[in-house]
Amino acid sequence: MSLSDLTPILPLLLVSLWAITLLVVDLFVRRKGTTALMAAGGLLLALVVLILQSGDQLAVFNGMLVADSYAGFLQAIFLVTGLLAIAVAHDYLRRMGIERGEYYPLLLFTISGMMLMSLAGDLIVVFVALELLSLPLYVLAGFARPRPESEEAAMKYFLLGAFASSFLVYGIALVFGATGTTNLAGIAGELSGGAGLLLVGAVLVLVGLGFKVAAVPFHMWTPDVYQGAPSAVVAFMSVGAKAGGFAALLRVFIAALPDLAAAWAPLTMGLAALTMTWGNIAAIVQGNIKRMLAYSSIAHAGYILIALPAASLPAAAPGAVSAALFYLFAYLFSNLGAWAVVLAVERLEGGGLQIDDYSGLSRRRPGLALAMALFMLSLTGLPPTVGFVGKFLIFRAALDAGQIGLALVGVLTSLISAYYYLRVVVVMYMRTGEPETRSEGWLNATIGVTALATFVFGILPGPVLALTEHSEILGLLR
Amino acid sequence: MESSILSLLTFFPTLGALLLLGFPKNRDSWIRWAALAVSLITFLLSLVLLADFDRSDPELQMVIRLPWIRVSQLTIEYHLGVDGLSLLLILLTTFLTPISILSTWRAIQERVKEFMIFFLLLETGLIGVFLAMDLFLFYIFWEFTLVPMYFLIGIWGGERRMYAAIKFFLYTMAGSILMLLAIVWLGLRTNTFSVPELIAAGAIPPEIQLWLFLAFGAAFAIKVPMWPLHSWLPDAHVEAPTAGSVILAGVLLKLGTYGFLRFNLSLFPQATVRLAPWMALLAVIGILYGAIVSYAQRDVKKLVAYSSVSHLGFVMLGLFALNPQGIQGAILQMVNHGLSTGALFLIVGMIYERRHTRELDAFGGIWKVMPVYTAITLIVTLSSMGLPGLNGFVGEFTILLGSFGSLAIGSAWFAGLAAIGVILAAIYLLYMFQKLFLGPLDKPENQGLSDLNPRELLTLAPILVLIFWIGLYPRPFFELMAPSVERVVALVNSAALAMR
Repeated sequence: MSLSDLTPILPLLLVSLWAITLLVVDLFVRRKGTTALMAAGGLLLALVVLILQSGDQLAVFNGMLVADSYAGFLQAIFLVTGLLAIAVAHDYLRRMGIERGEYYPLLLFTISGMMLMSLAGDLIVVFVALELLSLPLYVLAGFARPRPESEEAAMKYFLLGAFASSFLVYGIALVFGATGTTNLAGIAGELSGGAGLLLVGAVLVLVGLGFKVAAVPFHMWTPDVYQGAPSAVVAFMSVGAKAGGFAALLRVFIAALPDLAAAWAPLTMGLAALTMTWGNIAAIVQGNIKRMLAYSSIAHAGYILIALPAASLPAAAPGAVSAALFYLFAYLFSNLGAWAVVLAVERLEGGGLQIDDYSGLSRRRPGLALAMALFMLSLTGLPPTVGFVGKFLIFRAALDAGQIGLALVGVLTSLISAYYYLRVVVVMYMRTGEPETRSEGWLNATIGVTALATFVFGILPGPVLALTEHSEILGLLR
Repeated sequence: MESSILSLLTFFPTLGALLLLGFPKNRDSWIRWAALAVSLITFLLSLVLLADFDRSDPELQMVIRLPWIRVSQLTIEYHLGVDGLSLLLILLTTFLTPISILSTWRAIQERVKEFMIFFLLLETGLIGVFLAMDLFLFYIFWEFTLVPMYFLIGIWGGERRMYAAIKFFLYTMAGSILMLLAIVWLGLRTNTFSVPELIAAGAIPPEIQLWLFLAFGAAFAIKVPMWPLHSWLPDAHVEAPTAGSVILAGVLLKLGTYGFLRFNLSLFPQATVRLAPWMALLAVIGILYGAIVSYAQRDVKKLVAYSSVSHLGFVMLGLFALNPQGIQGAILQMVNHGLSTGALFLIVGMIYERRHTRELDAFGGIWKVMPVYTAITLIVTLSSMGLPGLNGFVGEFTILLGSFGSLAIGSAWFAGLAAIGVILAAIYLLYMFQKLFLGPLDKPENQGLSDLNPRELLTLAPILVLIFWIGLYPRPFFELMAPSVERVVALVNSAALAMR
């Protein structure tokens, strides 16, 4: 290790060191709003450094970490998610009576885990990053203790998460057994130990990461955890943890296991189809908006998963990676925005969480209802929103790889999703009611920013699209 | 600067909607007047477009073309253009919008501001669909029209409005997502979404053309709607507020027929020739089915709604005759249907505002109390029936002429059966007229009905003028579209020759 190894991962270092510092500083800070501001300041600084460094592409620590443009784009997503999550959390925590200073350092720790995940050039780093990402999230899910739902959510998440981690470790061990290395580039070069063992290892890795991104059939935890955990936490993890999981999933399978593509392409294809179908069908019957959004988030994991089989064809791979990255970007704004609206309508003791509680929202809070309608349209994938561009790119990737069947499943399940997303719009605009809502500066600002982004990037996706297309997933690994 | 007129025309209603956003909420009459003014200016802009239009040129005119989004090698463009296929439909849109807005003066009392904003946004979407010459841009406008229409039905509609709104949305989306896949496929193949370039590139293998035709066709057939995909239409029409029904019947349905004309015929000519008899068959079934079901209705609005299925069947038959008469008749009939059915919905809306019922049995003999209203209804009904001298006749006659001698359809039976549809139309429309206006004025509620007020007269008068104009002197209308239609026909014919 030399000092020059540290500069490419400066944003990661900033976030993790700042998290440790904040843990101590928080002891001396009376107003928790100050901690929130300081945490946000740290993330913002990291984001600025990240943008300033954006031209560099370096593999450091002997290829353990790869600071390429792929990692750069994803790190930006994590940092923006973190900033928005802090903006929505502060008022929410106070209102729900769970305002504790540890919230923000924990958030920073899990963000640094996600960032590490996107930088991983080695399976061991993937594992470490996954744990760094997950452990603080388990705590955050139980942050509303002693509320039993929150504790239950944390417990479930932890137990199933630990189970999934063990799958991942076992998978890594088998891959190591088959190839004699855990380095992603090394695995791609070595196929000496027999493909059978390697394939079993790869499948176990898929299971472990599939759990994180909430792919069916590893999604069981999602609705319960999303319902029980504090909404501010869910707003963050529904975007962040998913993006973190996909950061590793795409990198490992496309960069390290291209020679096994013939085997994992049908597997991931089935996984994507199953996830889209079940996520969307199960969402229809949900009356609780948090559960509905949980199943919706499962369904969206399915859409992003389309990129994986599409990338099994080398010619289609760049388009597929770019589509997945753009989809994550689109999902960040539309989904976090939707959760921010949930936060605004939620009341103490779990009130205001039924979809019917949104009745008459368009009369009481026209701006809020309009934003929510926009998020719902974007999640459905209708123009002129960023969600449409995301779906367009994903389906394009599938067709480019000749996977018409998968694209068909994608569009047909989108149709199903229109039904339950529109129901929220129906309730807001076409029913009468007197919803109680929260109007707070930072929350409103977050909803405004995400709604604006959802619309503007739907009309002008060009610059972001150019960034995702320049995200080179393989460059430093070969 | 000439090329900016299309952008201005498309987005002027949106600008107006943004302007309305700043209006105070309780000033309903200001908002109404402002919306009317915006839609009238849009209409004037479309007249400027008409004045600048070169009627001898078959190509796209006043084209604006800018690169917009780049996806690897594919460039998505902001590409608008107008030709003889779309010009009349644009004029129809800008003509019907102010009329619809005028019709809401008393009918819409709740949330006026939101209503007008949605209505103007809808106009942008509709004009955009007719002007977009890039498939991606087209798809955006196409899907965008769903959103304001969904709100118009869902918020201001009748009792079952939520059901109707969701049904309308899901039905139309079901078709368009298949079209999206086909659009993406075309883009991957040729690296362009530009319609003229795709037509020029041509040479899609016939087998694949068939699939693409069906995928595009799914979106358009649902919108038209063609039998058997029509079941969303009665619900949407009946539940929509009057202004919504007028635009829905007048313009929205034409998006489907226009789509077939603009995209299916030119992009997939071989599939078009192959499937023409089948499309004609579905069209004829639609004509007869729509007519028979109309006769069975007891609700006037539902009757008019089902009559649309029948009338649009004529348009489809004309299109797939694939000869100049058929297609010209079809385009004219799109306009005619927009005028006469739009007027019928206005007429139904006027009586509903007075009596709050639309049941045929609730009326009878009201010509005695509403003579002007009766006279106008009679003219519109006769126009819808296709009485010579009025607009409907010109369209239907040209279509029958075209389809009778059509090589593509291959049998005169289709035209013959369609002619029966004309007779059936006379039966159900006259039956409706008789139940409403003739007979004894025996219901006490009907005896105090007031005749049309000046505003209502003003909404119907422009339509009447056009009904007579097209009926008596249709030549200028045909002249506008003839060169472009010839070009499409030549394209399809050369494909048909290549197949033999």
